[in-house]
Amino acid sequence: MDTIQQALAERAAEQQRHHGKALFFWVWGALLVMTAIEVYLTYQNMQPGKMLTILLGLSFVKAALIIGYFMHLKYEVSRMKWLTMCSVVGCLILMTIFFFPDAFRILYLGVK
Amino acid sequence: MADSAVHDIPSVYEPSLFGTYSKKIGMWLFLLSDSLTFGALLYAYSYGRISTEGWPTPFHSESIVNATIMTAFLLTSSLTMVLAVRASVHGDARGQRLWLLATMLCGTGFIVLHGREWSNLIAEGLTLPMFPKVPGHEAATEFMNVSKTVPQFAATFFGLTGMHMLHVTLGVIYLGVVALRRKFIPILLVLWLVAWLGTPVYSPFHYGAHVLLIAAIVCGIILWLKPKVYDSSDVEVAGLYWHFVDLVWMFIFPLVYLMSAKILH
Repeated sequence: MDTIQQALAERAAEQQRHHGKALFFWVWGALLVMTAIEVYLTYQNMQPGKMLTILLGLSFVKAALIIGYFMHLKYEVSRMKWLTMCSVVGCLILMTIFFFPDAFRILYLGVK
Repeated sequence: MADSAVHDIPSVYEPSLFGTYSKKIGMWLFLLSDSLTFGALLYAYSYGRISTEGWPTPFHSESIVNATIMTAFLLTSSLTMVLAVRASVHGDARGQRLWLLATMLCGTGFIVLHGREWSNLIAEGLTLPMFPKVPGHEAATEFMNVSKTVPQFAATFFGLTGMHMLHVTLGVIYLGVVALRRKFIPILLVLWLVAWLGTPVYSPFHYGAHVLLIAAIVCGIILWLKPKVYDSSDVEVAGLYWHFVDLVWMFIFPLVYLMSAKILH
């Protein structure tokens, strides 16, 4: 590793030295609790659409906690946060636009 | 004179676009591309589900409990991974190795539970045409009917969860190399022999075990060509990969398992 890379790696390590352990245990606990809520909701005889919305909502919250705290994206420079997240979310939105109207159309027409 | 010579080398003074080191940016870029792979698989599963009439909801409470324990294993492995990164930035080599081994243990627990669940589903009749026939299971079962009437279910289920299981396996191997370096190669070879000889010939894991052999050869070549002591930046980059594997499961678990749970009224 050259000098500049070592300096950048050391700066990242220095930032992480200030993170307390307790925060990670709180995040872990929150993730477990949300998983338990998801399993509980599964057996509550909800409408599939409503259940899917809630489950996906909880999944996005869990994903945000993992990316933000465990993957340390919260502590990166804002350019990195915005470029990485906007690019992947943009691609997923494009996939949604391409796939789902067609899937619903097949359902509406009936499967032969 | 010396100063002007140094200023002519852009790599020394050029600021990093993302404010961090190249290895980490490289891993983030890989993870972004990999998220699109899993995104496509999840979309394929959801597309199949929406567009197919009579999509099955075959997972009994045993499967849901099993998948919940698997989720707990992965979440705990993310905690131990972040503690390994923390130990590494504090220069605690022993703590780093122990937390990495704990992460690998949780990851292995996930793989074993997932493998057991796959084996049970295959034994009950949920299968793909490419899987070998299980002897003595000719009688019609609920899962056998699912495989015949809605073949998209087995295809998307095994495709999506198989790709994730492969990622977890490679993640455990990656962490093993970072934690133990060359000492991990003989362990990997023993695991390959156990997985290969310990599974029946009709099990997909009998052939899937060769992933471990391929990984042992590739890791052996890498460690032979570039032997090094892995520092905190290497542990952090390995951690990014591991957390990503956990992150993907946070979507597979509700979409594939919870939305397909069999609710008895």
